[in-house]
Amino acid sequence: MARTTAVPAKPVVELPDVTKRDFLQLVALAGAAVGTGAIAWPLIDSMNPSQDVLALSSIEVDLTPVVVGQGITVMWQGKPIFVRHRTATETKEAQDVQVSQLIDPQADSARVKAGHDEWIIVVGICTHLGCVPLGNKPSDPRGDWGGWFCPCHGSQYDTSGRVRHGPAPANLPVPPYAFATDTKIKIG
Amino acid sequence: MAGIQESTFRNPVINWIDTRLPIFTMMQKEYGNFPTPKNFNYLWNFGALSMVILVIMIATGIFLAMNYQPNVTMAFDSVQRIMRDVNYGWLIRYAHQNGASMFFIVVYIHIFRGLYYGSYKSPRELLWMLGVVILLIMMATAFMGYVLPWGQMSYWGATVITNLFSAFPIVGQPIVTWLWGGFSVDNPTLNRFFSLHYLLPFVLIGIVFLHVAALHIVGSNNPLGIDVKTPQDTLPFHPYYTVKDSVGLCVCLLVFATLIFFAPNFLGDPNNFIPANPLLTPSDIVPEWYLLPYYAILRAVPNKLGGVCLMFGSILILFVLPWLDTSKVRSARFRPIYRQLIWVWVASFFVLGMVGAHKPLGWWVLTGRIATLYYFAHFLIVLPLLPRFEKTLPVPESISQPVLGGGRLPRGVPARSMENA
Repeated sequence: MARTTAVPAKPVVELPDVTKRDFLQLVALAGAAVGTGAIAWPLIDSMNPSQDVLALSSIEVDLTPVVVGQGITVMWQGKPIFVRHRTATETKEAQDVQVSQLIDPQADSARVKAGHDEWIIVVGICTHLGCVPLGNKPSDPRGDWGGWFCPCHGSQYDTSGRVRHGPAPANLPVPPYAFATDTKIKIG
Repeated sequence: MAGIQESTFRNPVINWIDTRLPIFTMMQKEYGNFPTPKNFNYLWNFGALSMVILVIMIATGIFLAMNYQPNVTMAFDSVQRIMRDVNYGWLIRYAHQNGASMFFIVVYIHIFRGLYYGSYKSPRELLWMLGVVILLIMMATAFMGYVLPWGQMSYWGATVITNLFSAFPIVGQPIVTWLWGGFSVDNPTLNRFFSLHYLLPFVLIGIVFLHVAALHIVGSNNPLGIDVKTPQDTLPFHPYYTVKDSVGLCVCLLVFATLIFFAPNFLGDPNNFIPANPLLTPSDIVPEWYLLPYYAILRAVPNKLGGVCLMFGSILILFVLPWLDTSKVRSARFRPIYRQLIWVWVASFFVLGMVGAHKPLGWWVLTGRIATLYYFAHFLIVLPLLPRFEKTLPVPESISQPVLGGGRLPRGVPARSMENA
């Protein structure tokens, strides 16, 4: 309580040395601070994701229905995940880009799983201000680099989900995932 | 009040703020140097303790509300989710649930302190009445909070308590329908109870502020029940009573922690682990322990309206207590008969509590009626008439007198001059 921290109004008599009382006061205050922290932590931690939310932290996606050239959107941790089956041309385009020319330089090989070059899986949230870019459906506008186009502020991504035209500053992030079988991935 | 405040604080930041908004000067005056009778016993801890518990209740309540769903289809499950899935949800909920019990324990002892030492007498009548308002709001808040988990006891408790108002002729049923927002306790009732349960604690803070403000105007009573005469009768609040309150707080929190960690459901009712069912009343309907005495008074009267009136009257009578007790002597220490009868009243309160926990059958009915009779007779007959017969003991000249010379020496109070004199 505030009352314990009030500064005495009358001048304190200066003592020549550190006294036992100073020590006791410091220990008491430190004890109170630790105790307050220990009480506050459960309250603060209760705002972190709860067990039922964490239980939904991984999903499995069956890739068989996704035909070449098409993409699907799945929900993972409340976010849209783009799962796109690239055509051979799209894959080649993504691999042949000179990495040094990119806004956020990253090779395509670092964004796909080895042996599964045709699958690009990214978090479908524009790195500018959080809109969901268009381009999963072949009929969507895909921008000049054939990947995704964000309708909010015109950011464009290539077929590897790398940003090619601003204002977005960074590539679409790749979520943690692994191929369980050749036709099934586990995200998270 | 216009003009700049001369601040005496040496810390430049504190001084700068204090010059413009003298909150530090106020805290220093009201909680630092505040002259407090030097003979407090540990019963004077309970006001500060109840304030701490109120803060704990509000803090835990805010975090519970982040995870609670005030909807009849989700309320029960959301509470179970808090218990199982939310990080430390079990701790926060058990602290809140048992905190209600701790709040009433502490406040009941605080009220007993006031009764025993005559703290309600002039000039502290308004202070006392504000306290009764706090008690009433506490009860309403506790009742509505108990409804929120939407278990069987929640539902049927809500039904029974709201139906109390139906006892009033003509306006009764419309009032009940209005309280429910429908024709039975249902979703609208739960929604409004949640809203009010969140609101009322903040109203409590406001009234507690007035309660404390009134206290700081008239000053604290003390175990001798006599007025402070000289500065020698007082001690600065800090550090003497901040430390004494801290000791009491440690003990209080130990009890609280024991309840939370070793017997979290000891004071609860197993029926509330069953989701609310509007088609089936549990075989034993009882309120939470802290409302049992009033429940017993309600059932002691064989007439519906009479029972309700007596139940409300059992609290409302406290408002006029300062005028019912005509004795000029405050402390029971100097009132040989009152000193014994106050324990009879306490016993009647406890007996009513036990009666309230049992079905109104057999001798429980008679016991309840006798206890109810004394509960009211104590206030309406004993207190007004007692001063005519009671020969009070001589009251000491001052708080310091029993310490410094003659009279009964309270233990543990060393006789020495006070630096703040």
